[in-house]
Amino acid sequence: MTAPSAPLIAMEGVTKTYSGITALADIGFTIGAGEAVCLAGENGSGKSTLIKILAGVEQPDRGCIHFGGVEQGPLNPRLSAAAGVMVIFQDFSIFPNLSVAENIAFSAGLAQSHRLYARARVRALATATLARVGVDMNLDAPVETLSVAHKQLVAICRALACDARLIIMDEPTTALTEREVRALLTIIRRLKSDGVAVLFVSHKLAEVLEVCEKVVVLRNGRKVAEGPATEFDAASLTRHMTGRDVAETPPGPVDPAALVLMQVRGLAKSGAFDDVSFDLRAGEVLGISGLLGSGRTSLAKALFGLVAPDEGSVTVDGHVVPLGDPLAAARSGVGYVPEDRLTEGLFLMQSIARNVAIGRLEAHGQSGILDFAGLWGEAVEWLRKLNVKAPDVDAPVRSLSGGNQQRVVLARWLSRSPRVLVLNGPSVGVDVGSKADIHGIIRELSAQGLGVIVISDDLPELLATCHRILVMKGGCVTEDIAGDATTEADLAHRLAS
Amino acid sequence: MRHIDFTRNETLVGLIILAFCAIAAISDPGFLSMPTLTDLLRGGIVLGIFAVAALLVLISGGIDVSFTAVAAFTMYTTAMILNTWAPGVPWWGAFLLAMGIGAGLGAINGVFIAGFGLPTLIVTLGTLSVFRGFMLTFIGSKQITTLPPGMREFGRMMVIRGTNPDGSFYSLHAAILVTVGAVVLTWAILHRTMLGRSIFAIGGSVESARRIGINVRRTQFFVYVYVGMLAGLAGVIHASMARVANPFDLVGLELSVIAAVVLGGARLAGGYGTLTGTLLGVTLIVLVRNSLVVLGIPSTWQSVAVGVLLLIGTGLPAWQAKRAAARAA
Amino acid sequence: MTNSRFATLIAGPEARLAVIALIVFVAMAILSPDRFLSVQNMTSMAFQFPEFAILALAMTLTMLTGGIDLSVVGLANLSAIVAATILTTYAGPTATGSAAFLWLGIASAVALAIGALGGLFNGIAIAVFGLPPILATLGSGLIFTGFAVALTGGSAVMGFPAVVAWLGNGTVVGIPVPLILFALLALALSFVLTRTAFGVRVQMFGANPLAARFAAIDVTGLLIRVYVASGILGSIAGMLVMSRANSAKADYGSSYLLLAVLIAVLGGVNPYGGYGRVIGVVLAVLTMQFLSSGLNMLGVSNFARELIWGVLLIFVMIVNTRLVYRPRKPKPLT
Repeated sequence: MTAPSAPLIAMEGVTKTYSGITALADIGFTIGAGEAVCLAGENGSGKSTLIKILAGVEQPDRGCIHFGGVEQGPLNPRLSAAAGVMVIFQDFSIFPNLSVAENIAFSAGLAQSHRLYARARVRALATATLARVGVDMNLDAPVETLSVAHKQLVAICRALACDARLIIMDEPTTALTEREVRALLTIIRRLKSDGVAVLFVSHKLAEVLEVCEKVVVLRNGRKVAEGPATEFDAASLTRHMTGRDVAETPPGPVDPAALVLMQVRGLAKSGAFDDVSFDLRAGEVLGISGLLGSGRTSLAKALFGLVAPDEGSVTVDGHVVPLGDPLAAARSGVGYVPEDRLTEGLFLMQSIARNVAIGRLEAHGQSGILDFAGLWGEAVEWLRKLNVKAPDVDAPVRSLSGGNQQRVVLARWLSRSPRVLVLNGPSVGVDVGSKADIHGIIRELSAQGLGVIVISDDLPELLATCHRILVMKGGCVTEDIAGDATTEADLAHRLAS
Repeated sequence: MRHIDFTRNETLVGLIILAFCAIAAISDPGFLSMPTLTDLLRGGIVLGIFAVAALLVLISGGIDVSFTAVAAFTMYTTAMILNTWAPGVPWWGAFLLAMGIGAGLGAINGVFIAGFGLPTLIVTLGTLSVFRGFMLTFIGSKQITTLPPGMREFGRMMVIRGTNPDGSFYSLHAAILVTVGAVVLTWAILHRTMLGRSIFAIGGSVESARRIGINVRRTQFFVYVYVGMLAGLAGVIHASMARVANPFDLVGLELSVIAAVVLGGARLAGGYGTLTGTLLGVTLIVLVRNSLVVLGIPSTWQSVAVGVLLLIGTGLPAWQAKRAAARAA
Repeated sequence: MTNSRFATLIAGPEARLAVIALIVFVAMAILSPDRFLSVQNMTSMAFQFPEFAILALAMTLTMLTGGIDLSVVGLANLSAIVAATILTTYAGPTATGSAAFLWLGIASAVALAIGALGGLFNGIAIAVFGLPPILATLGSGLIFTGFAVALTGGSAVMGFPAVVAWLGNGTVVGIPVPLILFALLALALSFVLTRTAFGVRVQMFGANPLAARFAAIDVTGLLIRVYVASGILGSIAGMLVMSRANSAKADYGSSYLLLAVLIAVLGGVNPYGGYGRVIGVVLAVLTMQFLSSGLNMLGVSNFARELIWGVLLIFVMIVNTRLVYRPRKPKPLT
């Protein structure tokens, strides 16, 4: 059926526009059986549109797709699945309440139009599939009890159980620890030797380069680079993705006489982080980095009272901050910009102005009645200062782009004139231009004497903004490096080793 | 011996039932007897069918408060239709008719929930009053005291009859077999068909279910039709056992039934729930309704008792989950 | 900006509802002009709706946070029964003058306190113990009703001083007291929701509870206050029912729960939280009352009214989910 020489998937001239905006322009590349391809690109570069087209969820405006050398008509999800194209979304799309075995076998059962559910068949399929990837797991464990890596494994197995020929993995490594990434790579190698092709789609792909044959880089909907994986490294990938060569200017030095704003002493929470101590000076930007599971996010939340530490102390301006109470932390002058903007940071359906003003209700409502003129005026003023491009501050905040949304959250906290601002992943899901702007804002804030803590695993970001970087491993701060005394490669090495 | 998991609702409810029975047996030695058991089972017949229906909806991630209205509507309409047009229909014919009417009413819920994607609580609150209002306005609001012969015949069927030492009689109605049948059928659907697994799957994550190609609408539609069918069955059994079709019966029970199911470990958010837990929950509710007096608590307090049980039974797991989440963070 | 505010007002569910209310009013006026438009009917409507309208205000407040209060009718009856017991035991039907007033005052204060306590119980169950609002208030509703049954054995408590009737049947300068009470409460709630920090927080919390926590809003305190307010509103409604019925009973107003949910949803309150305006709820109340009185005059039975309410509830949900809650597609911003 399949011509032996034909690649598994070939795309030619694929173009897709959404209401006049080009999401993909004239994209073409091939994936061979058993090949692993990296599709790299920043947010908004057209990666997700490409996934949707391959999965049959969206139709391209122009261009054609060949499966095994045969040109396809309009695809739909069923046809794509029948051709063996399986997508593993970032959230894995698995069922937390069902067992490992059932999650693995569910799609296959649906695809074969089974009406009855036979436990023995399901277990046999799950066992066989797990054997294919060479992993041993408790088949009866509910998936909600598994670690992220194991959930991902279940999602991979589910795709394999459906006779996947190409597995598309959306941002596969973002939630994994270094060791888990290694384990994933081992599994990918097994899949490849089994003839299964893999398409990694991510904005952070340096970790998976070693198992890939080919790299395709998208920028603004166009293919800007394609070539054997051996010709790329982390730096060149970033260069192609961002289209910029020059690194941002690192921050100037901190005034050594500057006051200590925040003092953290012996902060510990069992299972999350242990004995964390540091000082933050006025005007200093402190980076905290570590792989996932290193405790960096728990620590960030603990600084803002969202997580209650077991012991230790935090003081701001010499005053002790009660632990485990976000209200107290906010009153002491700590602000927190969360990692997941959409669910934790914003009230999506509420107006832009309200999203900023929510932080200042106390100040404008002391008599019990809100002073709306003052409240809105201040909010609009902050939006203007942060350069938020919004035609109408009464529009819901969801109508803004990622970068502008992040600035709305920043405006909320800045309007409270905090002493210390904790930024967890300040530029996650933000386009390249806005990212540089946000870094500019961080530098400006530190120049004004604010203490800023940046929690991130984006190394260029840390280097571009931080005076000092703390490296966390296994819940402990293992290194305290001056920002100008390290390089990206050095930092990556310290994180991983 | 295996470790007992006290965070499971089944365990908790089972222990409460045991404690209840132990205390009852101490204060009244006559408690542990055949009549108590048959009374308990009799009380659980209609409630049990309702609970199985409510469980299915909860697993699918919805909530249905209209099933009692479906049951009342169905039993009244069935009795009226049979009396008017087909008095000769045997009892199983009445059952089929009731299941058909119930399924039809359930399909109305299904259209609004699966078709229009409306919130299940609001829809079923609405259909609760629509079904009830329609029946009382257009079909009738007077009790039907002379049931059709088929239903009367079923009303007299017993599986167990016996005499107490004191000479009084006890008996167990044959309808218990229908309840057992409903439980077995529902178990088979939930655990032995892809449809049943899909119900669990959409309760676990609707979005994931859509992505892997489960027909979410069709599954939801089935759930509400099936629930309507079970409710219709429960209605006609209720009327047969009471030997009267009172249109004002049953409605008002729905929250107690949901309380029983939730006590048994089903979660409002969907995806979780077992038939064992549901039956334990029903047992506890029936025990409280029938036998609170044995514990020395006046029967006027039964509603308080059910409320307290519900809050403890759902509050403990919720509190534990909240603490676990705070610990993990 | 003024323009867009005006546009949102027209696009909002309240404007549509105003049209519906007007249509129902005109239709009833045409179908039964002599009776529907009579002063007598207008007055009797003004006496009837405040009790369930106040329950609808309670429902609105809890729905704004994405919750629901299924215990509000049970709490209303429990408060009324305790108040009624105080009135019959200490004042009795023959009491007059200042003694009767004093006892009415005490009974009302106790009723409000019970409403607040019941609400506090709900609030703690939901905010501190993390119970879903449906379950917490379902359970507490059973308990409140259960207490009401246990206290009275299920029978009505009656025999109040004559002054009690004033609360539900009296007038002040020709305006029915219940109407005044409802107007004051509606204004107060509207004021709180639109003009105070608490009101804005309630709506923001309803829109995204997690983001509210991350924005350093006192989520626990907020929820507790919402359910306490709901309980107090419930007990006020209970006192009105008691006064109008001249008795208190555990199963009064059992159909009001559905009605309160219906009115809140009809009034454009999003049952998932985050959106709702008091003016919408007031319009919904009026619509329901016009419909109810008009149908009554046309000789339609109570049961048919229940049917019509149910149809209306579902119809409004369909319209609202299609037009309101579903986010309009964002304009791409570049």
